[in-house]
Amino acid sequence: MEQPILDVRNLRKYFKTPRGLLHAVDDISFTIDHGKTLGIVGESGCGKSTTGRCILRLIEPTTGEIWFDGENVAQMKTRQLRAKRLDMQIIFQDPFSSLNPRNTVMQTIAEGVRVQKIHSTETEIQKRVLELMDIVGLAERLYNSYPHELDGGRRQRIGIARALAVNPKLIVCDEPVSALDVSIQAQILNLLKDLQEEMGLTYVFITHNLGVVNHISDEVLVMYLGQNVEQAHTEEIFRNPKHPYTQSLFSAIPVAKVGANKERIIIKGEVSSPINPPAGCRFAPRCQHRMPICTQQDPVSTEVTSGHFVACHLYS
Amino acid sequence: MNGTKQQNDIVLSIKDLTVHYEVDGEVVEAVNNLSLDLREGKVLGLVGETGAGKTTTALSILNLIPFPPGKIKSGEILLNGKNILAMNIAELERVRGKDVAMIFQDPMTSLNPVLTVVDQVMESILIHETSSKVEARERAIQMLETVGIAAERADEYPHQFSGGMKQRVVIAIALACNSRLLLADEPTTALDVTIQAQVLDLMLKLKEQFNTSMIFITHDLGVVAQVCDEVAVMYAGRIVERGTLEDVFNHTKHPYTEGLFNSLPSIEDRTARLRPIPGLMPDPTQLPLGCTFAPRCSYATEACINTRQTEIGFSESHFALCSRYAEKNFVIDRKEID
Repeated sequence: MEQPILDVRNLRKYFKTPRGLLHAVDDISFTIDHGKTLGIVGESGCGKSTTGRCILRLIEPTTGEIWFDGENVAQMKTRQLRAKRLDMQIIFQDPFSSLNPRNTVMQTIAEGVRVQKIHSTETEIQKRVLELMDIVGLAERLYNSYPHELDGGRRQRIGIARALAVNPKLIVCDEPVSALDVSIQAQILNLLKDLQEEMGLTYVFITHNLGVVNHISDEVLVMYLGQNVEQAHTEEIFRNPKHPYTQSLFSAIPVAKVGANKERIIIKGEVSSPINPPAGCRFAPRCQHRMPICTQQDPVSTEVTSGHFVACHLYS
Repeated sequence: MNGTKQQNDIVLSIKDLTVHYEVDGEVVEAVNNLSLDLREGKVLGLVGETGAGKTTTALSILNLIPFPPGKIKSGEILLNGKNILAMNIAELERVRGKDVAMIFQDPMTSLNPVLTVVDQVMESILIHETSSKVEARERAIQMLETVGIAAERADEYPHQFSGGMKQRVVIAIALACNSRLLLADEPTTALDVTIQAQVLDLMLKLKEQFNTSMIFITHDLGVVAQVCDEVAVMYAGRIVERGTLEDVFNHTKHPYTEGLFNSLPSIEDRTARLRPIPGLMPDPTQLPLGCTFAPRCSYATEACINTRQTEIGFSESHFALCSRYAEKNFVIDRKEID
């Protein structure tokens, strides 16, 4: 069997805070095959963005291994890492704050082209920038425009072109369409899908929008308070969610259809604090199926059916 | 239902509202010739994308359009039969918070950080209902409990609450004086889905309890399907389609509404390619001569580009701003759902 392009093992990221250790990511493991998309879903503060950033080491993981293309990114020295980052890029959520307002479209995209050092002359670089603009659907006349002159959809296209500039193999997409209107969101999702097909890209797609994740992912990982609660193929997890959190999360998605929103599992309360979390299942305080064991012992991720992993005492 | 009954239970009636913002000699045509009626106890969803004029419409109902640069060019807004746009400041202050209240989108910025939450709920009660602080406090605490905030937390400050809890406080403020009309401007957009589900559930329960009418502004068609009885779809400052939830969702008429539905990833057929609306919303300072949607519309004809659209009725409740329906056999691609 082909080796997965990305193999994350026991990734942890703790932040020191005045009130104790904040467990942002707490023992996350997953793999992604070449050319596939892994969707990471969860609500604010569940650690999905931190996970994405740890993969590129934009945030230093506390412990864990990140095997990318056969090498452990977590152990790399700065110079090695810098070279490796040409293969792994990120697209950010907010196309308004992730672009330098003083750089034109050309300057922003050219930065990556220059770093790669394949194109040396200015003419070559310009040619490459225009090529990238064409790939992401930015009109040539916007070459010298500044971000503030463009709408959100176009700005996100710049972010994508910038990521593509170094010919990466893996792109971490951190909520790339959340700030966009639906009609524009659909344009960007189609673009990302086309690019994946043409260039064989692998995506880690982080989002809280379950409609989007269903549409774009091959595999879905659900996070709750820094932990992986459930993971399965997209169709399987949407058809057959096992974990009580996944079930209520999916049932909370409002569906744009008359009469489709009848049965809903409304979970009580709110996410508990990620600082020095107590033993046991993190979701237990809000769970309607809570048993005594849930607050005593951490649930272990078990494979309930082929490729479907659940971390819940109901299934172990 | 007979005619007089229908007249009497109309809480809000907007007639031919036009609002412009004038900046640097340019005129932003934010809302154009907008008319709508809202009946008692009904929830009207005002749907559209960024810049469609949804929030401007809501602010007009409170007569809160900032002037300058905003200007209400024409129209009438009848709230319980009285024209809000003709009121003086004293009259407006009696209406705001009492007859009509608003829930803003961002609970993080719409609360005062230096006042406790109970003080903020008391404020409108003290203005409209009673001069007794003790009584006002009692009622404010009751209201907080109604929205699910324990009395012990009444004297805490907004920063001590999570996003979902803050939005509950905002809802408690809006409901404090039992307004007949509630304007909710994207009340759950800043919240996570499970918290959104809690807040929507709460709003619907309270609506039933107090028989409040609501204008629910959102860009999320899923939320509309869940909470609204009627829907008005806005595009570039105009209502392009309006009707009951069933009319608009199951018997969609306007090509823009169709485009919105096509842009949503389908839950049933997850790999189906999305069909986004090509292009962008027109610059509101230079709206197209004819139909404002024509430049992006796959059904547009020469006539659509050059002449203003007229509203066409399909039933007593269902209307769309699309001249193509003047042709006998015109239909859009989206299938009707029975």
